[in-house]
Amino acid sequence: MSEALVVPTGTANLASVLAGLRRAGLEPELSVDPAAIAAAPIVVLPGVGHFKPAIEGLREAGLVQPLRDRVRAEKPLLAICLGLQVLAEGSDEAPGVEGLGVLPGHVRRFPEGVRCPHLGWTYVQAPEHSRLLRSGFANFAHSYRLSVAPAGWHAAIADHEGPFVAAVERGPILACQLHPELSGQWGADLLARWVALSKES
Amino acid sequence: MPTIRVVPCLDVRDGRVVKGIRFQGLRDAGDPAERAAIYAEHGADELVLLDVSATPQERAHGLETVRQVRQVLPVPLTVGGGVRSLADAERLLEAGADKVAVNTAAVARPALLEELAARFGVQCVVLACDARRIGSGWEVVVRSGTTSGAPDAVAWAAEAAQRGAGEILLTSWDRDGTREGYDLDLIRAVRAVVDVPIVASGGADHPEHLIEAVHAGADAVLAASIFHDGDRTVDEVKQVMARAGVAVRPPGLDQQAP
Repeated sequence: MSEALVVPTGTANLASVLAGLRRAGLEPELSVDPAAIAAAPIVVLPGVGHFKPAIEGLREAGLVQPLRDRVRAEKPLLAICLGLQVLAEGSDEAPGVEGLGVLPGHVRRFPEGVRCPHLGWTYVQAPEHSRLLRSGFANFAHSYRLSVAPAGWHAAIADHEGPFVAAVERGPILACQLHPELSGQWGADLLARWVALSKES
Repeated sequence: MPTIRVVPCLDVRDGRVVKGIRFQGLRDAGDPAERAAIYAEHGADELVLLDVSATPQERAHGLETVRQVRQVLPVPLTVGGGVRSLADAERLLEAGADKVAVNTAAVARPALLEELAARFGVQCVVLACDARRIGSGWEVVVRSGTTSGAPDAVAWAAEAAQRGAGEILLTSWDRDGTREGYDLDLIRAVRAVVDVPIVASGGADHPEHLIEAVHAGADAVLAASIFHDGDRTVDEVKQVMARAGVAVRPPGLDQQAP
């Protein structure tokens, strides 16, 4: 079994994520097996599309608890875009649908009148005492975001007509609203740091 | 706010780049992956790959091209050309596209935009709107070359954004290939009616053209020949834009807060 498992949550950015992980030196494989996701040294939760089917997909596959446990136990996990959002408590995109709830906060849509979706390269301000995150330009493609930094996490902040959470880290857990696999050398360096830290963990 | 994106475009047929022959620094000027990697290294913020192949057999080459480009490209990739269904879009995304551009099929059946957005998310759906001046406005041009009864391009862009297009790739049919600069009135007219990002396309020759498009309301500027001919790199163009006060992503890791 590969040391790095990727949960297929939808088609759209899977190929980009896999290519980015390969460039970072991993040999990722896809898996929705709860036992494998619980035990794998490294897990990646990408995400595109809509909050509700993403959560339902994880629930039907029996992956909600293994993913929660990984976050609580601080076992290496990379969540990308909607992957970050499903870790939160819920989202404006799907009122009444519970997220995994391991990341404090509710995901909100950008307000009316703001250029939306937020597409492209926006400056990210890294937190102090971060092991993984650095300041620089990162690539985004989203309409919803956490607008308040979650307690208990190091949060990198970006601004799109107001501050929002670009990425958070805690130990080898890295949850990114930005797309590291599409963020050029900056993103490649971020993935390399995360892979190195995950292999130590 | 995101920086203004500079977006080289590759026209590909049968797995080969079909425009531009003087591009410098390549062993093989027609290889899309090799060219994509160099553009990314030079600071391209995204890449658009338009498959201009006509037949299904050629389209199989197109998918292989997307796979090869994806392996080396660490920035977003939009692929367009012949996307007629959810299945077509899914094949391109599975091969490595981040966004799919639809044109003719969406004009023929606008609900395709809703279906794509519901399945893949609006950030994945690009409306390729080719617009030609007619009277005081613009009409949509589709592959079959429809002239009479074609929808109003500005109204169509607004409707498409409502239906689920997360970006408008706005090409001036009149300016495309002319190197006379973008159709700025067209950009302004669409900017006035949509909140989604606009990628301006058609007519770029100088960095000044790109700057004009930004001032007219474009969020991203697409160009082909300006880069293919190797006269200017993406980085050089972005430096000119930066000096003119346009916020662009600086090259490499030399990244200060804007």
